[in-house]
Amino acid sequence: MDIDLSYQAMTMTAKQFGEMTQNFIRETAVATGAKKAIDKLTAPIWSWGQRNAIYPLHFGIACCALEMAAASAPRWDAERLGLIYRSSPRQSDVLLLNGWISAKMRPTLRRLYEQMPAPKWVVAMGECSVSGGPWYDAYNVIQGVDTFIPVDIYIPGCPPRPDAMIDGFLKLNRKITAENRGRFLDD
Amino acid sequence: MKVIIYDKPDKSEEEVAKAIQSKFPGTVEIVKITPRNIIMKVKREGFLDVCMYMKDEVSFEHNSCVTPVDYLDHFTVVYHISSYANHLMAEVLVDLPRDDPTVDSITPLWGGANWHEREAFDLMGVIFKGHPDLRRIMLPEEYQFHPLRKDFQVGRRV
Amino acid sequence: MSEEMWINMGPQHPMTHGLWNLRVRVDGETMTAAEPIVGYLHRGWEKMVENRTYPQIIPLADRLCYGSSFTWSHLYCLAAERVFNIEVPERAQYIRTACIEMQRISSHLMWLAAVGTDLGSYTILLYGMRERELFLDLMVELCGARMTYNYVRIGGVRNDTPPDFERNVTRVLDTFEPRIRDLEALCDECETFRMRTIDIGKINAADAMNLGLTGPSMRASGIDLDLRRHDPYEIYDELDFDVCTHTDGDCYARYRVRMDEMRESVKIIRQCLEKMPKGPTRVKVPRCPPKGTAVARVEDPRGESLMYMVSDGTDKPYRLKVRSPNYVNLSASPAMLLGNKISDVPAIMGVLDMCIGETDR
Repeated sequence: MDIDLSYQAMTMTAKQFGEMTQNFIRETAVATGAKKAIDKLTAPIWSWGQRNAIYPLHFGIACCALEMAAASAPRWDAERLGLIYRSSPRQSDVLLLNGWISAKMRPTLRRLYEQMPAPKWVVAMGECSVSGGPWYDAYNVIQGVDTFIPVDIYIPGCPPRPDAMIDGFLKLNRKITAENRGRFLDD
Repeated sequence: MKVIIYDKPDKSEEEVAKAIQSKFPGTVEIVKITPRNIIMKVKREGFLDVCMYMKDEVSFEHNSCVTPVDYLDHFTVVYHISSYANHLMAEVLVDLPRDDPTVDSITPLWGGANWHEREAFDLMGVIFKGHPDLRRIMLPEEYQFHPLRKDFQVGRRV
Repeated sequence: MSEEMWINMGPQHPMTHGLWNLRVRVDGETMTAAEPIVGYLHRGWEKMVENRTYPQIIPLADRLCYGSSFTWSHLYCLAAERVFNIEVPERAQYIRTACIEMQRISSHLMWLAAVGTDLGSYTILLYGMRERELFLDLMVELCGARMTYNYVRIGGVRNDTPPDFERNVTRVLDTFEPRIRDLEALCDECETFRMRTIDIGKINAADAMNLGLTGPSMRASGIDLDLRRHDPYEIYDELDFDVCTHTDGDCYARYRVRMDEMRESVKIIRQCLEKMPKGPTRVKVPRCPPKGTAVARVEDPRGESLMYMVSDGTDKPYRLKVRSPNYVNLSASPAMLLGNKISDVPAIMGVLDMCIGETDR
């Protein structure tokens, strides 16, 4: 729908009218350069908020789950980085995969990933989820989660120490900063 | 309530082995007796009777494990049945022909054998007659193979 | 008027501690049927080890149960030693026993931390994990890894204890022993904790025995049975310790048994350090064992774990079967769940100490 149709506004449904107005605002913003200016101001704010309140899904799979627990325990205290585990995929933005994925788990995991709202990131922790790890010839283990969901950060180790996990999340911080998502008038 | 204490063994290994052997002379064959361990071979037909006798008369209270082994020409199902009162564990070997791997289920006697038998069915394809709920437990329902058999080749599956 | 419905809890659920699914049928709030579904972490361990040589299996055995990896690699080596027909040097046996008990304490602390969060007290997690780090530090000093140690070898242990190890262990035990009381106080003096565990998930001795419950869960039902005394391995027959029992058979009793076991473990470690002889820690082992079978069973922190090994004379095992204590405990869980309210599920299943790595193998 473009601006030329504006004279038909009286005969439009409410939805069509809304779309038309949105498009009009967007095109004007891009044409006048206002979008560029606002982006420059707001995107850092969005990404600052995103990277300082990373809510991973509370999803312990295997060995590395204990290191995940140890990371939130007193010695490492991952909560100071804003890592607060949420139990529902609807409330979290990072899927932390800490263990091998079996063929029986694969469809469920894919569904968990789909259930998370965007923007979302995936962290593969430990050799098993990075590449299959010690179970490279097992008949029931998926050789790396990146075969079916996109992975942002790989934390190698079997299991990685909590320090390594925190380092991985700091890397994710930098990635979010670099991505600078959440622009004005973008989905 | 009182604590049930098993501090001294009631019977020695030889006594237990002799009791079982003399009750079922044709069915049971004692292979080896070591301290706290009896290994015996039992024919498939009389297996359930032997188990019932072991549970009721010789106080074998606990089924530790059910292990199917694929010896290429036949299957052997190994039952580890422990007796708390006598401080020993019996290793009961039952040979099954490869084309008809069927054996009586011991789940009605020891409830602990339930999931072990399901697992043996799932991974090895041994069928337990009289099991209340013989389904696949580890692998997804739609799988067609029994991976622990020696003729199953492991390849990289993705 | 009531309507029954099935509820799925899992595979992703804060209660599960791993991946498994609990289907319960509820009538109002009361559970009338329950069916645990496992297999989400099944990786075919028993098939994989048929393609590995004997020493290669030790790190894989570590990853069977990550909460108590030492007991599993030790159990594997125990079974292999019985196939190979070798005697372990005495010093190695003492080191192993001390490490098993340290592992038992750290496993129980991990369990306590997990139960604490399940029952709504994050403080218990913080305190439990703090004490656990003490023991993990000792293991780091001994073998370099925090969780999966790869320390036991067929025929002994990988290396001797580092200098000052005994002094450090004694210091840790001196620090830890009074803190058990603090941990107990956190649970016992908390009314919520008591309300959610006392008289919940009851199982009587006869049922527990028939359903194959082992370990602390069985001892809480009033059966005085511990494989460390019943079928002694390593040097347990020379040590003096009590088997902790309780008669109530509810969640609180299981919690009490585990707390008491930690005290006994501290006692055992002290005795091991006192009696530890000097000498070699490892013997040479041939590449291939003779033909034969062997069975070994030990008292895991979770119950009776057993390995049955068949060797055909080559350098790879022909068959290696693992009996996981948790697998059977989980199959017995419907008996504890039925009749309780649905909000008791985290308490009952949490106190069982789930570890799905060993359950699904």
